[in-house]
Amino acid sequence: MIPGSVAETALLLERGGYVADRELATTIHLALSMRRPLFLEGEPGTGKTEIAKVLAAGLGRRLVRLQCYDGLDLSAAAYEWDHARQLMAIRLAEAAGQTDRELLARDIYDREFLQSRPLLSAIDPAQPPAVLLIDELDRADEPFEAFLLEVLADFQISVPEYGTIRAETPPVVVLTSNRTREVHDAIRRRCLYHWVDYPDAARERAILARKAPDVPARLSHQVVEFVQRLRGEDLFKLPGVAETIDWAGALRYLNKAELTPGTVEETLGVLLKYQDDIAKIRGAEAARLVAEAQAAAPAV
Amino acid sequence: MSGPAPGTIAANVMHFARLLRRAGLPVGPSEMLAAQQALTLVDLGDRTEVRTGLRGVMIHRHEHADIFDQAFDLFWRDPTAAHQAAIMGLMQGRKDPAPRARAGSRRLAEAFAPPREAKPRDAEERPPVEVALTVSERERLQSMDFEAMSSAEIGAAKAEIRRLVLPLDLRRTRRLRPDPTGASVDLRATMRGSLRHGGEILDIARRRRVTRPPPLVMLCDISGSMARYAQILLHFLHAVANDRDRVQVFLFGTRLTNITRQLRHRDPEVAFQMVAHVVPDWSGGTRIGESLAAFNRRWARRVLGQGAVVLLVTDGLDREGAKGLAEAMDRLHRSCSRLIWLNPLLRWQGFEPRSQGIRAMLPHVDEFRPVHNLASLRALIDSLSRRPPPRAAVALRSAA
Repeated sequence: MIPGSVAETALLLERGGYVADRELATTIHLALSMRRPLFLEGEPGTGKTEIAKVLAAGLGRRLVRLQCYDGLDLSAAAYEWDHARQLMAIRLAEAAGQTDRELLARDIYDREFLQSRPLLSAIDPAQPPAVLLIDELDRADEPFEAFLLEVLADFQISVPEYGTIRAETPPVVVLTSNRTREVHDAIRRRCLYHWVDYPDAARERAILARKAPDVPARLSHQVVEFVQRLRGEDLFKLPGVAETIDWAGALRYLNKAELTPGTVEETLGVLLKYQDDIAKIRGAEAARLVAEAQAAAPAV
Repeated sequence: MSGPAPGTIAANVMHFARLLRRAGLPVGPSEMLAAQQALTLVDLGDRTEVRTGLRGVMIHRHEHADIFDQAFDLFWRDPTAAHQAAIMGLMQGRKDPAPRARAGSRRLAEAFAPPREAKPRDAEERPPVEVALTVSERERLQSMDFEAMSSAEIGAAKAEIRRLVLPLDLRRTRRLRPDPTGASVDLRATMRGSLRHGGEILDIARRRRVTRPPPLVMLCDISGSMARYAQILLHFLHAVANDRDRVQVFLFGTRLTNITRQLRHRDPEVAFQMVAHVVPDWSGGTRIGESLAAFNRRWARRVLGQGAVVLLVTDGLDREGAKGLAEAMDRLHRSCSRLIWLNPLLRWQGFEPRSQGIRAMLPHVDEFRPVHNLASLRALIDSLSRRPPPRAAVALRSAA
């Protein structure tokens, strides 16, 4: 089930509609074979989350996603006891005249009262194998990272009242980070690391052909050339691949066959999300980039 | 390449790891083991696969990728030659963020011989001289006399630092910890307690929210006009960086340098030496606007999360006539939860409240703290910890 070589891994990604370069395919192959978590870092919109989704689909596993945020704690990430039902069970036991404390404790801390959250769900032996996506780990705080270390090291979670739950088949773990904060070295050292960069023009065209197949070839060529040049500008936030796809779709929706300075100005908000950046590119700069993109894209 | 003896691979990995370590990358035994395992899983005849495989397991940061790639190219061109001193020297040079400077070090002597005003006329000669100047500035920093602190002094400094309370310190987090007088009920602990009494709830366990200091980002001006405070500021930065968690430290003159990792070294002397090694622009000119813009672009998103407080230490005297300064300050102000400007006013000869730089910056700070005497850590901490001075004008403007 796990691909046996880099080529097979590349094929798996390809079938899932993910245009990966060789380096990424190699790293993923190693992560799968060595059963190590995969730590993907890169700018927003470069397709990090998508990798986990494609892996889940390609490996025939369910995708368990944990979206991180500041203050993410055990009860939201791993498990939580269902206190209302526990209280009910206590009342029922009382009504039935049961007084043995030991027995009561065992009844109350039964698996059925334990509610799974993503981390527990991913290693639950009662469920099929999973791909665990821990998304935007940089948004969580350090205490959560520390907790995560145990889970990633042994693929097990200890619940004090219940015992240890261990994965039968370790999940494939993908962690992503947008680098809004430096993730601690201890986490990095347990993972295979890959920096997901912006794609080059050829690969971005291939991605666009996959993700927005109804955009005319000439337009998508120009779009890619424009965005590639835009990434060379001094901007606060560079557009990612996600923005390229959105933009091509928007232009297609507006029935544009070709990039013109006017079109770019109207739709710049799809690509750039900061007013400073838009103000900088709008006008002469946009016209220059459009001219360059038109020159670079072959006439059909 | 068909099936080399496993011993050869192990030896090569070991040598390669040693090379990486000398180049300053943290490569330990676990990385070496992982590298050996990785090599059994990739096609050894394929250079890209081998390189990517090793890179994936041996480094953990994007910043190290370049160094790794160069080391890889060197090593696998000729593994035995990699031991030669020349290559080692080159690799050590890679630790340096400005490798150009090394190329200029031979010119250093020449650059020193004639006085500096002997400027080159033609544009072609300009780069080498700039390189030489960079080096000379670096040399100056390295020779700067950082007074060694005794362990008692370090202890005293740490004690001082602990008194540091920044405004907005103790931010409420979303985490809870047991507290009998807390505001919210801890159902889990209550339940556990109740089982001791046969399921009867006698005590209600409570929790309260945990507070912790927000991340602190310190941006410190080290230009010529600030040079006299260098010693005390570095001690301050070092003590804070080692005492608090979530501290990021940047120095800027004409260029911005992140010195957080260097400052983490416990021994201030070693830390300062490492700082001296990476900071290229000590006691030079000031380009505050440009440095802040660089910070906004490259670092703001990475270090200003989770309600960070920014402490900006500068006298606001900008060589560039405050070009782009207001915009950069505005962006910085909007990216952090609080922006505190600490201005050592002591250098009164050059200080004009009406200077362009200061006028450009003032509207964008939450707090302006002039320090009249920055001779000791104590003065600095006192100034930072006391309640904000009633600077109505600034407060009103930023509130508006």
